[in-house]
Formats: sequence, structure tokens, C-alpha cells
Amino acid sequence: MTNAIEVRALRKTFGRATALDGLDLAVRSGEVHAFLGPNGAGKTTTIRILLGLLRKDGGEASLLGGDPWRDATTLHTRLAYVPGDVTLWPGLTGGEIIDLLGSLRGSRSGLDPKRRQDLIERFALDPAKKARAYSKGNRQKVALIAALASDAELLILDEPTAGLDPLMEAVFRECVDDERQHGRTVLLSSHILAEAEALADRVTIIRDGRTAETGTLAEMRHLTRTTVDAELAGPVVLDGLPGVHAAEVRGRHLHCEVDPAALNDVLTRLTAAGVVALTCRPPTLEELFLRHYSSERAGPGATR
Amino acid sequence: MLPAWVYVITAAIASNSYSLNKLYPTAADRAQLAASGGHNPALVFLYGRLWGDSLGAVSAWRYGVWAAIFAALMSIFLVIRHTRADEEAGRLELVGSAAVGRLAALTASLLVALAANVVLAVLLVVVLVVLGLPVAGSVAFALAITTCGLAFAAIAALAAQLAAGARAARGIAIGVLGAAYLLRAVGDASGAGGVSWLTWLSPLGWTEMLRPYTEDRWWVLALPLALTAAATAGAYVLVTLRDHGAGLLPDRPGSATASVWLRSSFGLAWRLQRGTLYGWAAGFAFTFAASGAAAKGIGSLLGGSSQLRNAFTRLGGQAGITDAYLAAIMSLAGLAAAAYATSAVLRLRAEETGGQAEPLLATAIGRTRWGLSHIAVAVVGTAVLLAVAGVAAGLGYGLRTGSAGPEVARLLGAGMAQLPASLAVAGVAVVLFGLLPRASVAGAWTVVGVLVLIALFGQVLQLSQPILDVSPFTHVPKLPGAAVTAGPLLWLSLAVLALVATGLAALRRRDISP
Repeated sequence: MTNAIEVRALRKTFGRATALDGLDLAVRSGEVHAFLGPNGAGKTTTIRILLGLLRKDGGEASLLGGDPWRDATTLHTRLAYVPGDVTLWPGLTGGEIIDLLGSLRGSRSGLDPKRRQDLIERFALDPAKKARAYSKGNRQKVALIAALASDAELLILDEPTAGLDPLMEAVFRECVDDERQHGRTVLLSSHILAEAEALADRVTIIRDGRTAETGTLAEMRHLTRTTVDAELAGPVVLDGLPGVHAAEVRGRHLHCEVDPAALNDVLTRLTAAGVVALTCRPPTLEELFLRHYSSERAGPGATR
Repeated sequence: MLPAWVYVITAAIASNSYSLNKLYPTAADRAQLAASGGHNPALVFLYGRLWGDSLGAVSAWRYGVWAAIFAALMSIFLVIRHTRADEEAGRLELVGSAAVGRLAALTASLLVALAANVVLAVLLVVVLVVLGLPVAGSVAFALAITTCGLAFAAIAALAAQLAAGARAARGIAIGVLGAAYLLRAVGDASGAGGVSWLTWLSPLGWTEMLRPYTEDRWWVLALPLALTAAATAGAYVLVTLRDHGAGLLPDRPGSATASVWLRSSFGLAWRLQRGTLYGWAAGFAFTFAASGAAAKGIGSLLGGSSQLRNAFTRLGGQAGITDAYLAAIMSLAGLAAAAYATSAVLRLRAEETGGQAEPLLATAIGRTRWGLSHIAVAVVGTAVLLAVAGVAAGLGYGLRTGSAGPEVARLLGAGMAQLPASLAVAGVAVVLFGLLPRASVAGAWTVVGVLVLIALFGQVLQLSQPILDVSPFTHVPKLPGAAVTAGPLLWLSLAVLALVATGLAALRRRDISP
């Protein structure tokens, strides 16, 4: 399996501020890869380097087998990009901008008219409106339709659903699923975790310009705890069991977080006490996030 | 921006009164100027009627209407920027969501415009009195200018309610200003028997009708103040009738698909810039047709001032004084075209900071192609403007002397001779955009400003040749009149190519950052 995007030890500074400090990112061909981090973590800077808009200060970056800075224009015929903050030319209509971006991407014939029309209907966009009259969500739709209607093999989407309402977000998810079916590679930057959870094959989490964790969601859950809530028939003692955290017993109600290795022992003790009701759930990405960023506040390297 | 407007208007009036005093020191000089200038229909069309031959009256004639135009433009830009432009950009939504009423932005912008015009009035009175002009006349003159500014602040506030876009709102207000100019120009030029009452319909006409330094007809001030009150009231009524973000005039829908023309970076650059070019071309056609028409009889107008005659021959070459005058206005056309070319090149920077460049450069459009697309518009636009200036001046002068054909050909050539020099200024803007993007806007306009200073004051102040040589316009042959020398045109063209190549090379090497 080849990698569509391969970034190693990427560095970028703006004056005294360090935006990227040794970032690693590998996106395999044909996967939907979520690129997660809070605002200011360096997601957009990484994407701008990959697009050849910014020059890297150190490290390596390759995109579709080429150098993103040197081969920018040839690589750009093979990708489509949706910026995070879409600003359009106020005097042009949405339809004109979709066609313009499609033509400039290098496909001689422009966009497939059927696909274009289909996407405009699915996203319920009025293409005859001037861009100045569009809301943020509608501007986002224009850029998304221009990207999705192209035949590019790589889609780079920077926070694509900011500004979309839940209905349109669902349409967007369908579209990304379609792209996966067609074998296109998608890099999706986001700070909306549910989006990554619903869409991504693999995830890279970054903070402060460095990669914190990368892998499939299954692999990352492997590293994390399961949250257990139980209603019990009798008393239970979990003290002294390794791998049990934040245990809280209120009457017959138990709440705890359990390392995967300790799960079996915990369940044995619970059944011994008699289980009335039990919820076990994998951690949400929100919880993963909280752990990464709360540990950073607690002190560097606390959980790494 | 506001201090710059106030400064420019004050400085223009002050330097004008000062130089009029130097050029026409005696009452006899001025009487001759009044006799010839006051009866030159083209000058009456351009500046208005001349009511007396005191220094104040001549100053007010020469700059009154134009200072009022600048005060009006200052007010229009100010009010639109803080009302419709902020609303369009979404900034007002943020402010409006705080504990601020829906009338707040309108009120605040009108108050700022009022303050700006009051400051301008005070400065004008001080400067004019220091120059030795009568106090009462100076107050009347300053109020004539600034009440016109106020009236257009209110008109702009009204326009901001009508159109949904800041551009369109500005267009409406400036359109009213243009109509006001035409009304008074036609009214003034038509003479006593004609439609001279048209002047009374124009806020710009009122600045003349006040007749500062001659009669000081204070009651005329009631007209702009009444217009201000009426337009302001209208704006307040309309702002409560409309939705936030919407205009009262409908936003026309456009095409749902892009035409073949729009599907390239050059097509896009043209589409983005063509409206501005049309506006400049209309302005050039009007200004240079009137300036060309004023060339007939320019000899007798300058007759009173040997200094001015000398200045014109120095500025314009050695041939007849008419040719010297025509060469001087073609040189100004070159300078104005350079300002246009600079603004067209700086559109690149606006696209970069506005964030529109980012999705473009993420397509197969390389940076060189993107840069060249807007530079090409700048080159074509500058050539068009200079051609318009030449043809308009040729028609204006030629139709009055009965030799339109040869004059158009002569002045078209004179206009096109300015092209390399105008483009060299734009070339500097390209280099700044490539090498020092953050400083490019301020830097490029500073260059234009310095060249304007050299062109307007270089000869009068008798600056040394090395300073004059800095300006590319110093090297352009003084056409019509002088011999055509290809040398300077050639090396200026080569300089343009070198500047553009340097700027684009630098653009390829730097970060693109919104």
C-alpha cells in the first residue's frame, strides 16, 4: 500500500512562533484520514505546506509521490482542496465559481455536468446567487461541490463542515462515503470529533505542531480505557485491582474506567456481586482528546 | 485614511492659493486672468463661474468645486465603510449582537463624517487666514466645501440602505456626485441665456453660488444643510424598514454556470477588474476631453503671468505654449494611468490577504500565471486609459479648432508615449508584492505619491536634475511638440520587463499567507 501523503519531522516557524515542531503524518492511498487537533495546533499550516503555499523549514513532505513545493502545479491537477475559511469573489455567482475552480484544476472538459448538478441538488445550493449573498454555510457548499464534482484522486478538506447545518453535514458524510467507495483518498482536518469518528479509517491527532497519536480508531481504543457503569445487586470491592481508575461507588451504583487488560477481572467481580444493569462503552474521541490535552496541562510527557 | 483625506484637501487649497498669489501678484494680473479664464467655456465647464478678481475669488474659482468633490468622496468612503461594508463583511453582526441598537452604526458613521468635515473646515479657515485672505470669505469658502461633504455623507448613508453590497452603495453615491458635477458644469457653461438654473440643482453648484470672497451669500448654506437633514432622515427611516444584511434594491441573480471566458485565470482577473477599468476610462474621457477643450485660448489665459508661462514651457518643451500645455496634461494622464496600474497590480495582494488566492493556487494555476493574469489586466488597462486620454484630449481640442483628425492622431501618440513610464511604476509595485508583500500596498502608493509631488512641484520648486531623474516621466519625450526619441521609451520598456520578472521570481520563492 502506497502513501498518498507522507510527512516526516515537518517544521515551520513564523518569526519567533513555532507552528510545526516535528510533525509526522502518513495518509494511505484510498483511505479517509482524519487530521485532528484543537484550533492553532498546526492543521492548516500542514495543509498549506502540502499545497505548496508555504515553504517548509525542515523535515520531509511528499504528496502523491512528488514534492509539494517544487511540483505544485502538476500535483494540483490531481487534487482538490476546500479551505477552512472559504472566501469567494463577491461579484461572481456560486455556479460560476464552481465551474471556474473546476476548469483551473486542469481537467480540460471542466466538471462532469451530471455530477455537478447532482451535488448542487443534494446540497440544496442556489448557483445563480452572487457570492456576497451567501451565508458561511453556502460558501462552504460552493467549495465542497467544486471539490467533490472533480475527478481528483486526493481531496484535502480543511474543517469542511464548519458552517453546515446538521442536515447538510449528513449529506456531506454520504458524499465522503461515496468517495471512499470510488477509491479516492481524503484528508479531512477537523476539530469535530464525531465527524472523524463517523468517517475516518485512520486518525492522526496533533497538538502544538507535533503528532500526538496516529492509528485506526480500534488501535487507539486499544490504548485506552473502557468506561463501565453498573447497577449491582450486592456490594463489590474493586480496591487493589490493577488497571481500574476513577472508581466511584454510590450505593449500589458503580462507575469506573478500566484498562483493557483488567476488564476480565472487573467483570468477574461484578458478576459475583450480581449485575442488575451494565453499560460498557468505548471512549469517545472527545474523551481521547480530553486525555491528551488535559495531560498536557498537567505536565509534558505525563501519558506518553 | 481620514487624516490623509483632510491633509490632501487642505494642502491642495493652501498650495493653490499660495501659488496663485505668487503667479498673479498684482490686481492687474488677476484681472487679465479673470477676463480670459472667466470666459473660456471649457474652464467654466471644469471649474465653474468666476465672480471676481480678488485673490480669494480666484482661489475659490480654481479649487472650490474640486475641493467640494474631494470632501464629498471622503464622506462617501467613510460612511459606506462603516455601514454597508462592515455589514457585508459580517462585522456589524458581531457588534449588533452586543448591546448596541440597530441605528448605532449609522449614527456613529454620520458623527464621524460630521467630525471629519468640521476638522476640515477649521483647518481650511486657519490656513486661508494665515495666507492673508479675509476671515469672513474664508469661513464662507470652508463651509461651502464642508457642507457639501456633509450632504454627501447623508446621501451615502441613504445609498447604504438601498444596495446590499458596499461596491454598489458606493457606486450609487458616486453616481449622484457625478450627476451633480454634470448639472453644474452644463449650467455654468450654458451662459446667462441658457439653462444656467441647472447649477442650482447641484450640491456642487451651491459651493459656487455662495460666492465666497465676493458676496458671501450665507443663506445658500441652508441648501446643503437641508439636503443633509432630508437624506439623513430618509436613511433612518429605511434602516428600520429593512433586514440586517439585506438591501432595499434586489440583488440581481447571475449566471448559474461560468462562461467560456471566465474559465481561465486571465478571464477571472479581467472579470474582477473590468468594472474598475470602465470607471477609470469614463473619468479619463471626461477629464481629458474638458482639459483638451481648454487648450484653445490657453495662451491668453497664461498671458498675465510670465512665471506661469515659463513654468509651462519648462514643463512642456520648447514649442508653442498650447503644445506645452497639451504635453503637460498628457504627462498628468501618464501619472494618473500609473496610479490605475498600481491599483490593478495591488489587486494581487488584496486577493492574497482576502483568502481568494489560496483556493486558486491550490489548482493547476502556478504563481507566475496567477501573477501575470492581473499584470496583464494592468498593462491592457493602462494602454486603454492612455489611448482614451489621447483621443479625448484630441477631440476636445480638435473640435474647437476644426482639426479633429490630426489632433486626435497627435495626442493619441502623445498618450501612448507615456505607457512605458506608467508601467514602470506598476513594475515597482510588482517587485514590492514579490519581495515585501506586507509593505507592498503602502510602499507602492508612496512611490506614486512621490512621483506626483515631483511632477506637480518639481519644476516650480526647481528641484535638482538627479531628483527629477528619479521619475520615469522625466524621461518621456514631451509630446506633442518635442521630437520623438525612441531611446528612453526603449529602456523604460526593458526596465518594466526586468521589474516584472524580478517580482514574479520573488513571488515563486515566498510563502503565500492570507
